[in-house]
Parts: sequence; C-alpha cells; structure tokens
Amino acid sequence: MKNNTRQIFSTFAGVLGVACLSLLISCAGHQQSAVDPAGPQSGRIDTLWWSFFWLLGAIFVIVMVLTLMTLGRRHRGFEQEPLEATHKPSEETDSRLRRIIAGATVTTVVILFVLIVASVGTGKANSELQNKKNPLTIQVTGNQWWWQLEYMNSDPTKILVTANEMHIPVGRPVQIRGISNDVIHSFWVPNLNGKRDLIPSHVTTQWMEADHPGVFRGQCAEFCGLQHAHMAIWVIAEPEDKFDAWMRAQLQPAAGPSTPELQRGRQVFMNNACVYCHEIQGTTAAGQNGPDLTHFGSRRGIAANTVPNTAGNLAGWILDPQSLKPGNHMATIALNSTDLQPLVEYLESLK
Amino acid sequence: MTASQDIYPQTPNLAHDVDQLERSWRHPRGIFGWFSYTTHQAIGMRYIITAFIMLLAGGVEALLMRTQLMHANNGFLSADRYNELFTTHGTTMMFLFAVPMMEGMAIYLVPLMCGTRNVAFPRLNAFGYWIFVVGVLFLYWGVFTNAAPDMGWFAYPPLSGPQFTPGKRTDYWAQMITFTEVSALCVASELIVTISKMRAPGMSLNRMPLYVWSILTQSFMVIFAMPAIVLASSYLLSDRTVATHFVNPAEGGDPLLYQHIFWFFGHPEVYIIFIPALGFVSAIVVAHARREIVGYTAMVLSQIANGFIAFGLWVHHMFATDLPQIGAAYFTASSMMIAITSGVQIFCWIATLWSGRPRLTTALHFVYGFIAIFVLGGLSGVVLASIPLDLQVHDTFFVVAHFHYVLIGGAVFPLFGAFYHWFPKMTGRMMNERLGRLNFWVLFIGFNLTFFPMHILGLKGMPRRVYTYSPEMGWDQLNFLATVGAWVIAVGGLLFIANVLWSRKKGAIAGNNPWDADSLEWAAASPPPNYNFEYLPAVTSRYPLWVPGADRTFVTGTRSDRREVLVTTLMDAEPHHRYILPGPSIWPLVAGICVSIGFVGSVFNAWYVTWGAIISGLALIAWFWPKRPLEPADE
Repeated sequence: MKNNTRQIFSTFAGVLGVACLSLLISCAGHQQSAVDPAGPQSGRIDTLWWSFFWLLGAIFVIVMVLTLMTLGRRHRGFEQEPLEATHKPSEETDSRLRRIIAGATVTTVVILFVLIVASVGTGKANSELQNKKNPLTIQVTGNQWWWQLEYMNSDPTKILVTANEMHIPVGRPVQIRGISNDVIHSFWVPNLNGKRDLIPSHVTTQWMEADHPGVFRGQCAEFCGLQHAHMAIWVIAEPEDKFDAWMRAQLQPAAGPSTPELQRGRQVFMNNACVYCHEIQGTTAAGQNGPDLTHFGSRRGIAANTVPNTAGNLAGWILDPQSLKPGNHMATIALNSTDLQPLVEYLESLK
Repeated sequence: MTASQDIYPQTPNLAHDVDQLERSWRHPRGIFGWFSYTTHQAIGMRYIITAFIMLLAGGVEALLMRTQLMHANNGFLSADRYNELFTTHGTTMMFLFAVPMMEGMAIYLVPLMCGTRNVAFPRLNAFGYWIFVVGVLFLYWGVFTNAAPDMGWFAYPPLSGPQFTPGKRTDYWAQMITFTEVSALCVASELIVTISKMRAPGMSLNRMPLYVWSILTQSFMVIFAMPAIVLASSYLLSDRTVATHFVNPAEGGDPLLYQHIFWFFGHPEVYIIFIPALGFVSAIVVAHARREIVGYTAMVLSQIANGFIAFGLWVHHMFATDLPQIGAAYFTASSMMIAITSGVQIFCWIATLWSGRPRLTTALHFVYGFIAIFVLGGLSGVVLASIPLDLQVHDTFFVVAHFHYVLIGGAVFPLFGAFYHWFPKMTGRMMNERLGRLNFWVLFIGFNLTFFPMHILGLKGMPRRVYTYSPEMGWDQLNFLATVGAWVIAVGGLLFIANVLWSRKKGAIAGNNPWDADSLEWAAASPPPNYNFEYLPAVTSRYPLWVPGADRTFVTGTRSDRREVLVTTLMDAEPHHRYILPGPSIWPLVAGICVSIGFVGSVFNAWYVTWGAIISGLALIAWFWPKRPLEPADE
C-alpha cells in the first residue's frame, strides 16, 4: 500500500509539473498578458517573475521530494529507533533533526532576504522616471463602466479628451494620473505595467512606457459593479510621428456632415437625449456624463470595447444598450429605423 | 490494548459516582429542553453541522459560478446573479463556514483535550451558537428573497455605499457580519478561559497539545481582529442608514480608511481560519506517525509568531492604491516573514513523518495533500508579497488560485483529515477507509484541476469577479478545465457525505482509542458522555496516553452530584479550586432572540437599537437570576 501510494503521489506530481510548465509557456504572445512585456516597467516585472518562478519552483520540488520520501520504508538509520514502546526516538535523532530544521530555516531567511531586496529594487525602479525625456501626462478617470482620458497640456486649447482608447508614443514615458468619478476602479494594461487603483477623492500616479509599437488591451481590475466585466481599454503604442499626427487630428473639432444623409444623422443626434450625456466638439452637444464622441468613428470599440466598432454593432447598441451590456447607464431611446440609419452613419463618420 | 481498562484504576467505592454524573449532566427532555442544552459536545456538534451545511451552500454557489465561466460569453447566469453569487460565496465560506467550523471543532475538542467536563461559560457558548444561527438565517433570508448582497464580500465603499447599492441587501450583509463577530467573540473568550484555567492538573503550558496551543493563539487573534470588522461594518452601516460620513467620499469620508480597517481584520481572518487547521495537522501527524513531534517549542513559537505577524501585513491587499514606496516595502518584508514561521512548521512535520512510522490512514492522506497544496499556496503568497509582482497579479485569477490553495489546502484538507481522525471519537464508529482514500484522491485531483489553471489565467490577464469574457481573450480552455475540476470536487464532497452516512450506521466500533493516539480526548469513551471523563485525568507528560498505564494518575474528590470541575493555575496547572458550571437553560436562546431583534430591526429603523437593548437587558436579568435556595458554599 505504502509504495502504491507513493507511486500515485509521484505520478501526480510529475503530471502537475509538466502541465504547469507547458501552460506557463503558453502565456506569451498575448494582448493582455503580464508575461509578454512591451515596456521597461513590465519588462522588469517579467524578469522578477521568472526569477521568483524558478527559485520558488525549485523549493517546491525539493520540499515535495522530501515529503514523498517520508513514505519510503528506509529512513536512513532512523528505523531502528525504539519507537514501538515509547513513541520517543533517541535524543541523538531528535537533535540531528532539529539541526536540519534550523538549517532549513536559516536558508529560508536568506532566500526571502534576497527576494525582498529584488522586489524593492524593482518597485523603486518602476516608480521613478528613468530617462529624462519629456513625459506625457494622461489623466484617466474611471466611470461605471468606461474610461475617460485627458491628455494634459499647459495650453488648455491642446488638452485632448477622449475615451476607451489610448494612443501613446513609443519610447516616451507616460504618466498616468488616476481619478474616479464614482466607485473604485483599477487601471491595468498588463503588457505595459501593473495596475493602479482609481479612487474617488484620491489621485494616484503611475509610469508606463512602450518600447515597441503594438496594440495592447487593458481591463478594469477592481470590482466596480454590475458591468465590471465589460470595462476594457485599448492602448495603441505608435511611433512618435504617427502619434503626433493622431494627436493633431484628435484635437480638431468634429468634421461637419458632408452629405444630406449625415446632415440628417446629426439632426437626429441633436434632437434626442444623446446630447444630455455626450459631447461632440464643434457642435452644440456638450453633455459630460458619457464618453466624448468627437472622433468616435476613429475608435476601435463600442461600450468600453465590449464589441468592435462596426455600423451593425453600433445600431444594435443605440437601439437597445441594455441587451449588449445590461445595467449600463446609457439611456434607451425610441428611434425609428429611418432615424437610426443616418445617426449610425453620422457617428461612424466622426473620424 | 483498549485504553479504557488501563486508564482507570479500579476504585470500587466510587462506582456509584458514574450514576450521579449521568444524573447531574443529563440533558433536559423535550423540544424545550433541546433548546436549553449547554454541554460542549452538543453545541460543538451543532456548530459543525450548521457550518457544514454552509459549506454545501457555498459549494453550490461556486458550482453555479464555475458553470457560468465554462465558456466565453456564456448566458447561464446574468451579471447581477453572478455578482450576488460570488459575494454570497465569499461571505458564506469566510464567515459562515470556515470560522464557525473551526470554532465548533474547538468547542468539541478543547475540553476533552484539556481533560475537563465542559467549556468555562457553557451558557455563553449556547448564546454564541444561537447568534450565529440567526446570522446564517438573516443572510440566507436575503438570498432567498432576491436581496443577496452583490458588492463583493469585502464591500468596498463607495460601491457599497448608499449611492451605488441602494436597497437593503448591503445592510443585511453588514449586519450579518455583526452576528458572526459577536458569536466568534463569545467562543474566543470562553475558549481562552477554558484553556487557561481548566486544564487537567499537571498539564502545564509546555505540556499542552499543539492543537490547544493553536486554538489559544486563534482565540486571541479573534479578540484583536473582530472588533476591527465590527468597526468597518458599523461605519458602512451608519453611512448607509443614518447618513454618517465615515467612508463615503461623496460626503467627505475616506474610502481608503475602510480598506485599512477591513484588511486589518481581513488578513488575520485568514490565519484565524488556518491556524486551528495547522493544529489538526499536528495532532494527526503525531498520532499517525506514532511518534512525538519534532521541535515542539519551535512549533509553538512559530504559531504564536504567526499570530502576531498576521496583524502587520494587511497593506499587501492594498498595494495598488498607490502607497509610498518605503511604507509598502515594509509590508513586503512583513508579508514574507510569514513564510519563515510557516516554513518552520512544515519542516517539523516533515521531520516527524520522516523519523516516525507513518500509518497511511485517510487522515494522513489528507495531511500529505495539505502539505503539497499549502506549500504551493505559500509560495504563490511569496509572489503576492512582492509589490511589483502583486501589481500585476492582484485582483486576477492568480489571487483566486492563491487563496484557494492556502484556504482549501491549508484549512479544508486538514479539516477533512480531522473529520476522519476524530469521527470515531464523536460517533463511536470508524469511517470507511477505502471510501476515505477514494474521497481523498477525488478531492485532491479535483482541487488541483480547478485551481491550478487559475494561476495561468491570472498571468494571461483575466481579472477576478468578471461574469463573462469574450472568446478572443483565449481563456476558454483553462476555464473549461477549472469548471470540470469544480464538478469533480463536488463528487468528492458527495463521497464524504456518503461515507459519513454509511459509517454512522455500519462503521466498525471504534473503542476509546482506535489510533493509539496520545492526547486526553482518546481517554474518554467514544462518543464521550456529557461529563467526558468518569474521573478527571491528571497529566504527567506532553503525551499523556503514551505514558505506560500504571503511571497514569487521576483526580479524586470532585463532587459528582453537581456540574463541578477543577480550576487550575495558568502556568503550571496546579489545582486551585473547584467550580460549579451552570446547567441547561433556555435563557441563552431567549437572549439571543432579543439581541437579534435589535440587530435585525436596526437595519430598518434605528430605534430598534433602543428596543433591542431594553429587551436584551431583560433577558440577561432573567438569565443571571440567582437560583433559590443558593447552593451551599463548599467547605
């Protein structure tokens, strides 16, 4: 029975180990992965993670091997102990075991000390502005259930307000200033850095930087109510010149409607409840409760990236927001199909 | 071989004592009498059964959640239902299963292990149980009237505040906390007094079983931690019901204050759950490795150190709130220190098993399972203590995996081991070993299948508490595995229940000491009579039943015609005086109902605090009304 059990335990441990390794390797190459770094901050964390992983993994294997060996019959000289009568091994055995335990404890302390130093060092490096290039400051405001982004600038006319899609220049440090309008949210783009809570009545800050172009996904990481699951953000890292072009385009007010159909769409927007919550710069719509729609057509997703931004998805979203993302705060407006089609076309034209 | 013969020397002149003991410790009859029980075996068993039902409820909630997450965009549950389920699951498992279960086991075992007849305050014990039951009924009344809490078991404001969670569901939750905390404080205070003053003569502190040490540590932790959660839930409740400004930012309150107070309780809470479980492990290892523990002093000191350190690391739940580096670094170091004290205990158990003669019973299987799972959970805890790593995996499925490894591995596996170990004592019959081993393997495999993939899901960016995810995220396969694992765990749970039901009727007769174990509870009959021991034992060793029979000693001279026990000194357990424990009483139940009226009513109308206090006061007067004629003072 004993050997049987040991075999089962050992087989199980082996299977677990192989499963563990193969699955961990599968983590790379992912748009929302903590172990596929795309910047110096996440890169440092990734290095720290793998050093923890191999070190702690080795400790786990050693402890398990020792544990399984207790099931064996040959205990290296311990067996002759007169346990039967007294349940008490000789003092020599006990003091030997105590020395081994003391040694293992000292080893634990040393290993932990190394891990603490490595952690604090990484944390310190990540909390500082490393290179002195002029940083970009983006204020991220958490809302139930979407992200508002403001690109800060000392010139108020150059402050860009957008939502749910962040463009950043490659190689330039970005400071995230986090606040919240309602409950606590957490801003997290794992490929770039760890998370930072957005707390009403507090301002939190965090540095991040992309070292190569790419499209990364982030998601709210602090439970924030009914639709916590559908609060995503895209971060698009692009070369400096592309970023500047994007910035210039986004700072423009919305393009005027160029066709009668679009004209009609704008009219539908302005005559309905849309204007109470949404702003379209260059028009009279100036609501502040929902995402800014000035360049809505250029964004990749709808409803905080719950679905891709296509005309079909948009029509469904406007007609019945509660079926796509139940409980969200967008009002359901009764629109007939003759109004819906131009409205969708108008919004998609806001590039 | 059976211990009873060699334990009790034949003392014929005292034979009629047993009759008298039977009479003075008899339970009152009838329904009314059933509500008046004050013996620790009855109350302990009621806690265990109630908490086990809560484990099943929490398990069903978990299965529903796992079924929802089986596929991307699954429509099995709606968002609001899912949020209610994870909140109720967490709340049930932490407050209504884990803590009360550990308390119930302690209420049952501690007086037996200490060699006395009951806990120090039997009526307080009954009161604590009734308060706990009302807490259970209160929360589940909400669940079944579609008012289950849905803001997470941590209830962070402002999400849990009046603006974002209107209605009564959060108030039910916050007041349920009060019930369970009052109950926990009752149990902790009576166990501390029992352990300090009612140990068998000769059981000095350095001879106390490790399990009793763990309960002593845990009880002190309860006394320091629970007031913090009562404070946090009262802040929340008064912000919600009478519009105070403690933690509601819209009114100038500070939501981070709530988090600090909540986690000042919340982290020790985890240790409150698993320190008694480590005590189970020590008891099982000693009995089934058939050898004295290696490093008794180191074990005791590590346990106590665990209890202290537990209060110094709550901030690691709040690393993402942008704390200053230097302060956060302190909490990294203190969180990692736990690995030292826990490591010492693991090393001692392995050394004991290594140099003992382990008998591979089901109970010991669960200990081996515990070591594997708990060590892995502890190591992932080291990852979470590191701030940069925590910032990545905090609030993801990695954390879900981690705390299920430490809580299921660290508490539930030892608990099942304890069931297999002490079931013969509690019922007089052995559990089926063959079914037990099957039970172990199904649980062990199911557990790892469910929770191991969650580590990887967390690294792949899956946050906690999401009711669904889209197929492009690539989380499908791992979630499917986890769901399959959850159903395997459910099968394991059913096997355990089947084993209990079968063994209660058909299991082999156990006798007093089927394992040839070392501690005093095995000297009592199985199941123990209401008075536990015919003669109160005296102790000359750390392992009293391993002392050769002829050397065992007993206390004589306590009266058997009333509920009398011996009070001993704190350090050396020298006999000090005799003490009469109160008998059965209905008043703990009445007082419990009166207090509950005040607590429940205050959710709806603040005046109930006043009315509740008045009727509770009246009930307490009746409870403490002196008996006439007063029993004549002894000597």
